[in-house]
Amino acid sequence: MTTMQAFTAYSRFGLGARKGDLALIGDPVSALIAEISDPAQGAVVEPRLDDHAAIITTINKHQKDRAQARDSGKAKGAYRDPIKVWLDRQGPLERGVRVSQALAAPVGYTERLVAFWSNHFAIQGDMNEMSRALAGAFEREAIRPHVLGSFADMLLAVTTHPAMLRYLNNAVSVGPHSPQGSKLGLGLNENHARELLELHTLGVDGGYSQADVTALAAVLTGWTVHYRGDSAGQFVFRLEAHEPGPQSVAGKLYDQAGFEQGRAVLADLAASPITAQHLADKFVRHFMGDAPDPALVASLAGQLHDTGGNLAALAAGLVLSDAAWSTPPNRLKSPQEFLWSAIRALGVAPDGTQVQDLLEGMGQPLWNPSSPAGFPDAAMSWLGPEAITARIDAAQTLALAATGPDDPVVVAQAVLGPALQPATQEAMERAESRTQALVLMLMSPEFQRR
Amino acid sequence: MDSSCADFRRAQMSRRLFLASAGAFVAWAGMPRQGFAATRQPRLLTVVLRGAMDGLAVVPPVGDGQYESLRGEFAIGVSGRQGVLPLDGFFGLNAALPGLHGLYAAGDALIIHAAATPYRDRSHFDGQDVLESGMAGPRGSASGWMNRLAEAMPRGEAVGPVSGLAASQTVPLILRGAAPTLTWAPPLLPPVSGDTAQRLLALYQASDPDLAQALASGIAVDLQAAGSDAEIRRARSMAEAFSNLAAGSARLVAAEDGPRIAVLSYDGWDTHISEGAEEGRLANLLTALDSGLMALREELDPVWDDTVIAVVTEFGRTARINGSDGTDHGTATAAFLLGGAVKGGRVLADWPGLGDGQLLDGRDLAPTIDLRSVFKGIARDHLGVDERTLASAVFPDSLGIRPLDGLVG
Repeated sequence: MTTMQAFTAYSRFGLGARKGDLALIGDPVSALIAEISDPAQGAVVEPRLDDHAAIITTINKHQKDRAQARDSGKAKGAYRDPIKVWLDRQGPLERGVRVSQALAAPVGYTERLVAFWSNHFAIQGDMNEMSRALAGAFEREAIRPHVLGSFADMLLAVTTHPAMLRYLNNAVSVGPHSPQGSKLGLGLNENHARELLELHTLGVDGGYSQADVTALAAVLTGWTVHYRGDSAGQFVFRLEAHEPGPQSVAGKLYDQAGFEQGRAVLADLAASPITAQHLADKFVRHFMGDAPDPALVASLAGQLHDTGGNLAALAAGLVLSDAAWSTPPNRLKSPQEFLWSAIRALGVAPDGTQVQDLLEGMGQPLWNPSSPAGFPDAAMSWLGPEAITARIDAAQTLALAATGPDDPVVVAQAVLGPALQPATQEAMERAESRTQALVLMLMSPEFQRR
Repeated sequence: MDSSCADFRRAQMSRRLFLASAGAFVAWAGMPRQGFAATRQPRLLTVVLRGAMDGLAVVPPVGDGQYESLRGEFAIGVSGRQGVLPLDGFFGLNAALPGLHGLYAAGDALIIHAAATPYRDRSHFDGQDVLESGMAGPRGSASGWMNRLAEAMPRGEAVGPVSGLAASQTVPLILRGAAPTLTWAPPLLPPVSGDTAQRLLALYQASDPDLAQALASGIAVDLQAAGSDAEIRRARSMAEAFSNLAAGSARLVAAEDGPRIAVLSYDGWDTHISEGAEEGRLANLLTALDSGLMALREELDPVWDDTVIAVVTEFGRTARINGSDGTDHGTATAAFLLGGAVKGGRVLADWPGLGDGQLLDGRDLAPTIDLRSVFKGIARDHLGVDERTLASAVFPDSLGIRPLDGLVG
């Protein structure tokens, strides 16, 4: 007997049910808790994927070769763009990992957490080619290891990751009174410091001032990336670029020397109750909708603060609440959530390139939001006329790829269970082709909303 | 396949080669070219009309006294009603098919009636499954009969294996299997058919106002580009899309070393509501089909005499019109064979009649020709596959279904 709760577990908190999943989940709350208690969840094993240092080294080498080729007077176009060379090989592989992770996940709560935190610390792939090349590695290295760990560790991993340092320009931010700054006349770049306060930690209403932004930018000077030698592509703290002296951030004075100054600020920002409130509110909205119960948010924020930023406890706290199961589905799945649940329902495995094509068509390509704020995450974000017709096109493409012999209605009963509405089933039974029936299932309100 | 590749570059089309079986490909890739091929290179194209085409409205039996009483005001071609081109006196052809009518007059089109697969229930999915798998019942095979036919075809002078062409993004069941398959679709696919969008809109209107509003606007945006008459535009764009698909695949098949077996699918024949045999939905579908068939005729001209095109659907529709001026799922229906190799200019039917006692279950045109006997006749006499292979490998358990004689030649 499949319960509505089992469906909710897969639809609201997971990546959607595969054939047979609903019947086997057992107690849905326990299944979700079990998944986020397993440290192996969320980890990626793909030896062919390079780490960020190898990626940066590869690209730098290509760029040098290209410059030499240009200087030696080779015809334009004779030399292939190095980053394109790399992306042609690595990009589909990187996206393919997301596909296999999505298909293999038991319920998919951990993968949803990966997506949530990856979008919280968004990297905009098409900012420049280096960003695009690094975005997947950034998620693997800075996000995945910490989604069931501590927020403070994730914040430090993100803020020291070359992908983020380059994307938000901290890699080129230099203290004006540092040896390098005074010698070369270089100065601060506040971009990273501002987003760290506004998006990553306290939130836009977190009560910080412009002075706090400037002070934090000074604190972070010298946090950059090795660009040559054996350590090329690795994070490095450069004392010669660091603004000397104490800084006051959010009402507290930090007089540590060098890198430790920034580490201390990040630890305090991660532990702040204001940050906990910001994160809990965003987290609950993502799963439950645009009108979260303030009491639930307050209780999760308190828990996050009391546990020292334990993200697994935050995830568990949400599914242990009554509202998690009593709130009716009210959010349209994002294109990515729709895609993962569709391929799990149909049992099809598109490759990384096909996935990106589908996601671009629907407006949510992997690792490529339009700003550091990430992809929009409100109920109405994806409910536009063109967005819906694009979604139908994607549903059609996926349904065409589902070549199994199963009766579409049987598939719908298996993956929607008690949520399958009589009107949807009737429309499917009346469909004129298997493909059309599956499109109707994928586009039905009960499949689209979570 | 190099020369057809070049064709495609010229035509600015893309195609992808899927080798369903590397083994089959490797086994034939090393075949030496044996002098000059002087033998015939027969081609078979199948057009699958998905959704169940109403044979009684497409090839109406105007000479059957029961026809008008069953169809009433929708009985085209009788009692002074227009909408039909003459065939043999007993049958007429829906006037939305002038091109096909011309081929019939030229002896290049054979019309078959009261035909059906062995499937006797009324599910589109299972009906298409039987039509495509070539089995006696649904879900009996993961491969399709045209793929198994490709494997069974005599290689003759062919340099590589006989490969099939699926004019779609993915390979439909009828072509799935061990033989290598090529898929091709025009670079610009038509959007999801208006029919699917309309069905979704109805679903949303009943339960999800936000989605309903978004979709309604989305559909409106899609139609805006066209000017006011959306229905005319939709008919025109359907015709255009299917013609492009037909022309592109025909160019591939006509190439000297191109695939010799191809499948095109055309959705949208499920006319439960306002069927519109004379003008409206069915007439628009037929107009589009006719222009697609003419595109095939034109592009296949160099190999027309070696070509058979089979136009089939999973089953027919009810003999009577339903309460919403449409028809529901039925059994027997019409099919067409076109091509220079076809002995055309005639209607092939063992007409069961339309009286109450003659209808299957009191509601459907009764089947008197098994479509497998049509396919087997073509496979034996046009493609040179022996009957034993046909009865075992291509259409398993069909020993009792004899190939029809004299379809080609």
